[in-house]
Parts: sequence; C-alpha cells; structure tokens
Amino acid sequence: MSNVSTRKRGLPNPLQWIGAAVIGLFAEIGRLSVFAAKVKFAAVTPRWYLGQVWRQMVNIGFYSLPVVGMSAVFIGAALALNIYEGGSRYGAEQFVPSIVVLGITRELGATITGLMLAGRVSAGISAEIGAMRVTEQIDALETLSASPYRYLYAPRFLAAIIALPLLVLVADVIGIMGGWLVSVYALDFDSTTYLRNTIDFVTNEDIIVGLIKAVVFGAVIAIMGCYQGDRSEAGATGVGRAATLSMVGAAVLVLAANYLMSTLFVEIGL
Amino acid sequence: MSTPILKLDNVKKSFGSKDVLKGVDLEVQKGESLVILGGSGSGKSVMLKNALGLMTPTAGTIWFDGQDVTKATGRTREKMRARIGMLFQSGALFDSLTVWENVGFRLLQVDKMRRKDAKEQALETLKKVRLGPDVADLYPAEISGGMQKRVSLARSIISKPDLIFFDEPTTGLDPITADAINDLILEQVHNLGAAAVSITHDMASARKIADNIAMLYEGKIIWHGPADIIDNSGNEYVDQFVHGRAEGPIQPAI
Repeated sequence: MSNVSTRKRGLPNPLQWIGAAVIGLFAEIGRLSVFAAKVKFAAVTPRWYLGQVWRQMVNIGFYSLPVVGMSAVFIGAALALNIYEGGSRYGAEQFVPSIVVLGITRELGATITGLMLAGRVSAGISAEIGAMRVTEQIDALETLSASPYRYLYAPRFLAAIIALPLLVLVADVIGIMGGWLVSVYALDFDSTTYLRNTIDFVTNEDIIVGLIKAVVFGAVIAIMGCYQGDRSEAGATGVGRAATLSMVGAAVLVLAANYLMSTLFVEIGL
Repeated sequence: MSTPILKLDNVKKSFGSKDVLKGVDLEVQKGESLVILGGSGSGKSVMLKNALGLMTPTAGTIWFDGQDVTKATGRTREKMRARIGMLFQSGALFDSLTVWENVGFRLLQVDKMRRKDAKEQALETLKKVRLGPDVADLYPAEISGGMQKRVSLARSIISKPDLIFFDEPTTGLDPITADAINDLILEQVHNLGAAAVSITHDMASARKIADNIAMLYEGKIIWHGPADIIDNSGNEYVDQFVHGRAEGPIQPAI
C-alpha cells in the first residue's frame, strides 16, 4: 500500500534516478566531445578570422595580466614561507629557492593561471556567447554565411591556447619573484644566492611541463566557455547559469587535466 | 509555371513529444510578398528557422529555388544563404560592431572586401533605409529600436537577395515607426525584385505589405489566399484573428 502511494506521489525510484543521471552524464560528455571536435576542426582549417583571434588574444591575454600577476606573487610568497617553515624543522631551509622554482614552474604557475582564467575568461566567454545566442546574433551569423564555429569559437580557442602559455611564463617569473621577495626581506636570505640557486636548479623541462599544461588549460577554458554559452537558455537566468557552469566545469577540468598530465610527465620522466 | 523561390513540402518539426509543425505545405513565387499570420506559439518562428536552414525539420522537404535546403552543406549552403536576407524580430545586430560594420558584415567577413569599399557600400545601403552617415560609427546600443530595425533591414538587403524573411518586423515599434518600416520593406523588396516572407500578428502591417496571406494554426496552414480577400476568407479562424476577437475557435494563449 505504501509503495503504491509513494509512486502516486511521483517520488523517483533511486535506480531510475541513478540510471538517468549516468545516461545524462554520458550524453553531456558526448555533446561536449562533438562540440570540441568541431571547434578544433574549425581552428586548424581555413577560413580563419585573424582579426577576431587578435582581439581575443588581447582580451584573454593582456587583460588577464593583472589578475595572473597578483595571484602569482602571493602564491610564490606563501609557498616560500611554508617551505621555509617546513624545511626549518629538518634544517633544510636552503632548499626554499629550489622548491619554490620547481613548484611554480611545474605546477602552480600553470594551475593558478588556469584557475584564474576559468573564472575570468571562461565565464566571460560563456556570458558573451550566451547573450548572443538568446538575442539571435548567432542565428544572424549563420544567415550571413559566417559559421559561429569559425567566427566565434575557433578564434577564442586559438587565442586561449596561445595566450595561456605566455601568461604562464609571466606567472612563473612573478611567482618566483614573490618567493624571492619574502625570502630576502622576511626570511633573511641573501638575494644573490637565492637567485643563483633558483637559476641553477630550474631546467628547461620544468618550464616546458608548465607550458604544455598551459596549452591544455587554454583549450579547456575556451571550449567550456563556448560550449556552455552556445547551449545557453533564454533569459538572464539562462545566461547566468551558463556562466556558472562554464566556470565550475573549466576549473574542475583544469585540476583533473593537471593531475593526469603530472602523472604522465612523471611516468615519462619529463 | 516557374520554379517557386521557396517551397515547403509536408514539413514537420517536433521537440521531444511536442509536435510544433504538423505538415506545412507552402509555395512562394519569385517577387511575391507572402505574410504568414499566426498567434503566439503557433509555430511561425520555428517554420521560419526551418526554411532558413537554422533548424532541420523532423520530416518533409524545403526547397529554395529548386535546391533542397535540408541537404545543402558547406559551399552550397553558403551560396544559398548569400541569396537570402533575414530581418530578425530583435534586430540581432552584433553589439560589438558599429552600425556600418553590421551592415557590411557579409562584405567584410565573408566576401573579404576591403574596409574602405565595404564601408562605402554600407553607407549607400544605410541611405536606402533613410539613415545618414552620422549613425554609421555608432554601436547598436546607442541607437533607438526603430533605427536598429532599419539597420537590420539594411544588413538584410546589402547583398541584393532573391528572398527576404521578415520576423515580426514591426513588433515593439510605435504605429508611425512601424508604418515607416512597412514602407521601407515595400520599397526595398520592390526595388530588388525579391520575394518576401513575413511573419507577423500585426494586421496593419500584413495588409500593407502582403500580396498573399497564409494563416498558420496548430502547426498547419489552415488558409492561404490573396491579401485583398482576407476580410472575406470564409474561414472562422482567420476571421477571429483578423478582427482580434477573444471569442471564437482559437483559444487565447493565456
């Protein structure tokens, strides 16, 4: 009797609910994969809108410099302090410069840049494209024989995968300087020795690892922004939801991709 | 009889379990101005998007000058679209571009014309819709709704299309501006010799710009005839719509 009344009230069967969620997840992964493939195809085949790529590079790269620089300097500084605090327990304070440079170039420079841009850029792209979708501007593009994949999405994708590595290089330098500032002015390190240790320890491979990650993060951030914007539903709520989903999705995927790539690089000895 | 510029053959469109178009048959001849009437939610915009190739019908075929729109891809579709203009209900102007860049968008971005030449043509076209060069460098947000409609009209005619779609061209405009837009539509369609398909529920606009009128109700064309007999259509649905009565076979969408 109670089962009957429960069904009548429409409470979901847990198995049905789980099944629907799993199917929904796979469907979403499928849609996102098809969308990403179309964007990549548009990015590597003509026709290119180079003016749009340049405009997006300024938007994604240049205007992100302050937020990336500020984040990197504080992360570098905090990293130096924590390594000093932990290292001093074992008399290993001298390793601060080498661990800071390793942590920044291989991991934090790229990850912090990726996370900051997931917020600033991915959500921004999604809101802009979402607004264009709901005001029929994307339909208008198609009627004017301009593919939104080529005119809107590919330029953002190309700009992001070019701008992210450049931003990561900036973040690396500023992050290391953040560590240097704290080490020299708060922890009494000798400036010349600190910088000498930093330069001696870092390798080209460490920098390359960060740059490879940056390219992947750029792709993730641009594709998530474009995908959620393209699927945006009508109204302010729809556009807002698209921006939130793109930001959260991009941030999670940046962290997941970072872990997978770190594992791969360790495995192959890079 | 010549090939119609647009032909919809038993076009159906469903979204999940909801059937929006239930078999639309329609023909538009070259140079003809057809107005499609229909209440809110009758499927007018969906029909238009299918005809434009922005949506794919669930069943049926759409022909543009003898070519199957639903099967056209790549360059074929691009060439087809170059012969079709569209004025969107909201204007759908690109808000990151200036007025003249909107009007000359196809010339700049698709035809890769030099900026100087594209601007010259855009200014010429703006003149045709009674807009001067003083608005050319403004952004869409800086001009009125009526001006935005004119800019959108200019964008839709700049490539001298053979068929122009108008999606509720007078919605949201005051009666005087709406009448001015109707005059411009008539004038430009006449000058180009293009066919026009307009969807509207503004009867004043329909009477002014239509050669023929069709009425869409519950996903089907229920009446199709010359504009001058719309008041004596002999169809109770059309009569109710034309006279704007709440009582009748059509239930108000509230």
